[in-house]
Amino acid sequence: MTLKEFWHRLGSPKWFYQMSGRWQSILAALAVLLIVAGMIWGLAFAPPDYQQGNSFRIIYVHVPAAILAQSVYLALGAAGVLLLVWRMKMAQLVLENLVGFGAWMTALALFTGAVWGKPTWGTWWVFDGRTTSTLLLLFLYFGLYALRRAIPAREAAGRACALLAVVGVINIPVIKYSVEWWTTLHQGATFKLTEAPAMPASMWAPLLVNVLGAYCLFAANVVAKLRTAILRQERGAAWVREWALRESTR
Amino acid sequence: MTDLTCTRGGRKLFGSFELTLDAGRCAEIHGANGSGKSTLLRIAAGLFADYSGEVDAAPCHYLGHRNGISALLSPLENLKPFERLGPGSAQGALDRVGLHNECEVPSGQLSQGQQRRAGLARLLLGDRPLWLLDEPLTALDSDGRRLVRELVEAHCGQGGAVLCATHQTLGCSACEVRLGA
Amino acid sequence: MFAVQFRRDWLSLMRAKDEAINPLVFLFLAATLFAIAFGGEPQRLTGLAPAIIWVLVLLANLLSLEALFRRDFEDGTLEQLVLLAEPPFAAVLGKVAVQWCLSGVAMTVLAPMVALLLNLPVGVLPALMLGLLLGTPALSLIGAVGAALTVGLRGGGVLLALLLLPLYLPVLVFGVSATLDTMAGVGAAAQFYWLAAISAMALTLAPFATTAALRISVEQS
Repeated sequence: MTLKEFWHRLGSPKWFYQMSGRWQSILAALAVLLIVAGMIWGLAFAPPDYQQGNSFRIIYVHVPAAILAQSVYLALGAAGVLLLVWRMKMAQLVLENLVGFGAWMTALALFTGAVWGKPTWGTWWVFDGRTTSTLLLLFLYFGLYALRRAIPAREAAGRACALLAVVGVINIPVIKYSVEWWTTLHQGATFKLTEAPAMPASMWAPLLVNVLGAYCLFAANVVAKLRTAILRQERGAAWVREWALRESTR
Repeated sequence: MTDLTCTRGGRKLFGSFELTLDAGRCAEIHGANGSGKSTLLRIAAGLFADYSGEVDAAPCHYLGHRNGISALLSPLENLKPFERLGPGSAQGALDRVGLHNECEVPSGQLSQGQQRRAGLARLLLGDRPLWLLDEPLTALDSDGRRLVRELVEAHCGQGGAVLCATHQTLGCSACEVRLGA
Repeated sequence: MFAVQFRRDWLSLMRAKDEAINPLVFLFLAATLFAIAFGGEPQRLTGLAPAIIWVLVLLANLLSLEALFRRDFEDGTLEQLVLLAEPPFAAVLGKVAVQWCLSGVAMTVLAPMVALLLNLPVGVLPALMLGLLLGTPALSLIGAVGAALTVGLRGGGVLLALLLLPLYLPVLVFGVSATLDTMAGVGAAAQFYWLAAISAMALTLAPFATTAALRISVEQS
């Protein structure tokens, strides 16, 4: 199969549904494996931080959540371009189903950040460059969600959200830069978040495993949601009827 | 239009709809409320994209339920920007639809029928071969209905085509299309 | 097309002046509320004044943006604009330019009076006005995208604020920081360049996004 064929097939819900069943189980298994291994390794075997003691271990949740929060928004922007330019049906399903996941990851990153901040800096919240831009990311997710809920026609809602996601992705670098400008110039001495000088490998290796696990979890989640959404969207199509008959007689 | 299918709000409006409209012809679309007449016109105009099938429409004028006439501006000011579409002057078009005396009055002070006439006047600006009319007769008096018929006949006479959704018949020689039988 | 649309919208604006002036009245009213709320200590306001003015400008801009496409959407003019204007983004730019004259330019002109209410030193006024002049085009242009997306929707006003305020943040940051740095006697050239750059970027990208958004909105009616 050439790349171009693959591309066209990826846009077709039917093909995606037929192929993705196996992907889903592989991804889910990988996610469980990596996250369990990473968590045990990170929480039980990684050495404690010489300054922060054991409280640093929250990075094994915090960092994957924060990375995913940003990746999901980028993915939304990419899906937006696919939908606006090529009218790819699958892109609309991606847009509809990723917003919630991204928002929860952002919220999780903010929450774990606050929990980590309390013992480390003695405060729940600091208007540091990263916390502020993550908070704004959460608002961007809220905006997408609200816009989708406000537009009754599904197809139009998809395209409106696609446009907003693309505008958001273009704006994110500017927002990030301006926030950093603000906090470095006017905040005086604040703490830098995770920029710990050169973490030892015994600390970051489990982190890496956790991040990979989170990506797998994300991918498995997307595939599962897309499969459900495809069945709902294509419920009138012949192949879905056949599938339903086969499933119900089994 | 070939094999046109459109669902709106989970309800199938029409399926496998076919229509070919030759130059010089007028087609009236009839059908009950909610049978998809307006949506069909909007698809032909390029104002509605959620459909499957092929649509190949000539450059068109679209007159929808809303006239596209701003209440704050006089009919003349409303139409002036469209003069650049091609031949025809805004003043001439307004004279043709019988708004000679009202063309300087803010449209908000005109009656519904007069505003409809101003919307009709836009059709005369620019050389668009296809006219898409959505209930052009609403709010018009008997004089106005005759005007619509004359305009449509003149347009078809010049080799244009008209697709018109209506409950009443225009009264000119037209083929009839029925939706949602 | 730009000039045609500009003239048309300007004319409409002149015939519905009261509607257009309301956001400016809001700006004054809200500034007055701040001044009163801070009571007998106007000197405490001085340091906060740039932030207050910029936030109020953002909000007043939202109020005037909400009406940008609404009337045209309701009477069907927007359909005709999407169908007949060539190129549509020039027409969109014309509409936004009129909105900017009324919000950005008008607020820049009025800013000194608002600033005096909030006890901002007179020497800072040029920096405040320059910042507003450079930053407000971005507000109007980015705002037009949001206004176009929400034009046909119920509860569009709050939704508009939710969509736009995060995107307005950079303008707010550089605008306030320019005024504060000038107040502290530090040069603020960098912030002005940033504001100009954001506006220039919005000018090149936003009209296209707005046109696309208008198409989506018109299709739903």
